[in-house]
Amino acid sequence: MTPLAASLLVAALMFSIGLAGALTRRNAILVLVGIELMLNAANLNLIAFWRYSPHPEALTGVMFAIFSIAVAAAEAAVGLGLVIAIYRHYKTTDLDQINRLKG
Amino acid sequence: MIESGAFTPQLAASPEAQLLWLIPALPMAAAGIASLLKQGARRSSAALAIGSMSVSLLISLAAFFHSVGLWTVGQTARETVNFAWLHFGSSSVELGWILDPLSAVMLVMVCFVGLLIFIYSTGYMAHDERFGRFFCFLALFAGGMLTVVIANSLLLLFMGWEIVGLTSYLLIGFWYHKPSAAAAAKKAFLTTRVGDIFFLLGMVWLAAQTGTLLFYNNGTGSIESSAIATLLSQPAAFGLSAATVVGLLIFAGAVGKSGQLPLHVWLPDAMEGPTPVSALIHAATMVAAGVYLVARVYPLMNGGLMSCCTSPTLNVVTWVGASTAIFAALIAVAQNDIKRILAYSTVSQLGYMMAGIGMGGVAVGMFHLITHAFFKALLFMGAGSVIHGCHEEQDIRKMGGLKADMPWTFVSYAVGMMALSGVPIFFSGFWSKDAILEAAFHWTTAKAPFYMLVVGALLTVFYMTRQVLYVFFGTWRGHHPAHESPAVMTVPLAILAFFAMALGLLGTPVLPLFRSFLNGEAGPLDITALAESEFWLFLGISTVIVSVGFYLGYKLYGREPIPADAPDPLEASARPVWTLLANKFYIDELYEATLLRFYAWWGTVSDFLDRAVWGGIVTSVARLFALLATFNRFLDSEWVNGAFDKSCEELAHSGGLLARVQNGQAQRYLRILAIAVAVLAAILIWSSRA
Amino acid sequence: MSLVFWILAAIAVLGGLAAMLLRSTVHCALALTVAFAGIALLFLNLGAQFAGFVQILVYVGAVAILLVFAILLTRGSEPPTHGVFSTTWLAGLVIAAAVFAVLGSSVLSSQRMLPHESTAPAAPVVEIGQALAGPYILPLEMIAVLLTAALIGAVIIALHEKEGEQ
Repeated sequence: MTPLAASLLVAALMFSIGLAGALTRRNAILVLVGIELMLNAANLNLIAFWRYSPHPEALTGVMFAIFSIAVAAAEAAVGLGLVIAIYRHYKTTDLDQINRLKG
Repeated sequence: MIESGAFTPQLAASPEAQLLWLIPALPMAAAGIASLLKQGARRSSAALAIGSMSVSLLISLAAFFHSVGLWTVGQTARETVNFAWLHFGSSSVELGWILDPLSAVMLVMVCFVGLLIFIYSTGYMAHDERFGRFFCFLALFAGGMLTVVIANSLLLLFMGWEIVGLTSYLLIGFWYHKPSAAAAAKKAFLTTRVGDIFFLLGMVWLAAQTGTLLFYNNGTGSIESSAIATLLSQPAAFGLSAATVVGLLIFAGAVGKSGQLPLHVWLPDAMEGPTPVSALIHAATMVAAGVYLVARVYPLMNGGLMSCCTSPTLNVVTWVGASTAIFAALIAVAQNDIKRILAYSTVSQLGYMMAGIGMGGVAVGMFHLITHAFFKALLFMGAGSVIHGCHEEQDIRKMGGLKADMPWTFVSYAVGMMALSGVPIFFSGFWSKDAILEAAFHWTTAKAPFYMLVVGALLTVFYMTRQVLYVFFGTWRGHHPAHESPAVMTVPLAILAFFAMALGLLGTPVLPLFRSFLNGEAGPLDITALAESEFWLFLGISTVIVSVGFYLGYKLYGREPIPADAPDPLEASARPVWTLLANKFYIDELYEATLLRFYAWWGTVSDFLDRAVWGGIVTSVARLFALLATFNRFLDSEWVNGAFDKSCEELAHSGGLLARVQNGQAQRYLRILAIAVAVLAAILIWSSRA
Repeated sequence: MSLVFWILAAIAVLGGLAAMLLRSTVHCALALTVAFAGIALLFLNLGAQFAGFVQILVYVGAVAILLVFAILLTRGSEPPTHGVFSTTWLAGLVIAAAVFAVLGSSVLSSQRMLPHESTAPAAPVVEIGQALAGPYILPLEMIAVLLTAALIGAVIIALHEKEGEQ
């Protein structure tokens, strides 16, 4: 396979693993871990496309990846803050037990 | 005696003719007002009745003199006033009244005799508590009878006919708490009803064939020549023409109303009513309505031919009349109730009138009707006076020797009796009966009616003599002494007695005023009639009849006074004949066993049909609908409502189910997001590829 | 592909796998760090040096530490009481597999259409800086605002709870 395709596959795999974890682990923090994995996989996709694109001098992929990292960091901070707040309220981080959002 | 019509073509109606409708309207209005008065308003209702009748009499006299006036100048006319009553689109039902000699004489007679009887009733019914109601009925009767007289339309005549029948029922059953009176009233009504059904059929047929029910209508009336020609040419059943059958049907109505054989059974029982009622209704007027009807539709009866004696209808009329005359006279011989004798006498004399019309024409029958009205009313009122004087006793075997106690009554009664018997010259009954016998003698079809009528006349003399001898001669057989009646009762008797004698002058062959007037021809004084041998022949026959009758009566009843409890001498000598006659030839029993039993059975059958069959059907249909309704309700509540309710339930349930997706767990929402994105992506990718 | 790539890919993938499968939450966080490192090395392999270094600085240096702190603050190091995976873990696994199937099949089926430049591009930091101050100035400012907002928000969230408790 082409190098680009290989990179994309790896990214897809990592994305799926992150998704699987986010969907199945009980601990809310581990859901965030899965989300970070997914974001990283997306970043890998971006860099891979930049590397093998016809116009790499536009630096589009790189810029996008950098901004993505920045946003991910901010989001991780806020998300973890939320988890801590929820932990303080419910005394647990088990997602199966936190169901106040039900309709 | 050939009839010849000499009426000028119809004139425009004179004022007298225009106002003719007031004559019946006034008594009817009086009856209406009297019906609203209280029970105790005796004087007012009597005043209303007598007052309205007096005014009607005045108008009738005016009309009569107007008609006589026209006759004297040779312009006898039929003046009619016709109007349309009901409109059906382009056609209409017409009514109207007529002023011609026939109606003029009848009007005067009805009003005059009626007024006298009204006055008489104030005395006779003075002790009755329903005095006011009596006069209300009397006035209503007068209105109905006068309507019959002035009617120019068979429909209007029928309406008056029915009113008269109704009031007859009301008045016969006036003392309704007497079961015999109530039964007699019912019998009268039902028997005349049988006749009325045929009358109605005839009326409908006539209207259908001729298109109108008016008698005279400027040539288009139902008994004028063109209509009769149509009827004669129409064949009906049994080879007879429509004219004959219609005439017979109408005559059937007259048979019922005038008590001819076989519908005579109600008239003797009608004597249960008060005597003024018997005098007015069952002697002078209502029963005469049948004869008047036949006279009125005479052109139809004799098929438009002015020469009499040749039509089938008139044959039937004659035979029925003659049979009734002799039949009733036979029964009257063996009766003991003073009023019942007179009742059978009335039936017999009505038979004479019918036979007179059949054989001699309108004038002959009508003359006897007029004279009979006066002397029969006189006789009934005299009988009423006797009953009143004998303290409500009606059996002649318990009376006797009253000529001393009740002189006025005796004299007037004797005059009436002689008029009825046909004592020659001075009494009107002789002249009228003589005319009938003469017509019968000359009848070409058969001679038997003549002999029947002669025998009937003999019997008439006999039973009247018997009655007078029983009541006024001999010794008093009652318990309490009798007394004369008050003046209010005896004065009308005297007036009627006068007319019973004087009316004869109108019908002598020397001066046949009545016949000429009725036929519209000039009536010259004809002394030469005295020269005709026939006149003396019939005078002789009548004298013989009267003499033989008087002699037989005197021999049996007058020679020795009859003691109180002795049987009738005739009964003693011919017991089986007497029993047959006394029981009225068992006609009532025959009807009871056959017709009435049949009707009772028919009534049971109808009741069964009505309740079980028709009622059952109706019930079944109703049940079916109730069932349908239940089924409908079931459908509606169970299926329609149920379906709706179920679907709502399911919606709610499914909503509940779907709501479980949102269980509040964030991971579930994430999963759904993920799968949705995957699906969308797949769709986008593969659709763009394809 | 070169061997280096596959080894680095293996490190990243295995790290991620470990992060999702291990029982202890702290171990998961550490495995995640390994995955981050692997990704960073892959960036370097692909010639995006600046991106690689930023990855290490931010993710490994900040996000991973933050995760560990959060785990410690929520008693995540204690053994779990009910079980590690959700009761309906299979559904989640299937969904993830489906997503991988979609992605993977789309990649594999479009290999011929993908671009393939063999020469490694140059991405000097100067140019990145110039790009940031030039065409990407607006996103830069917005990221600044975002970071400020995130900072304030995180503080407020954590702060309110504290006050609420006291």
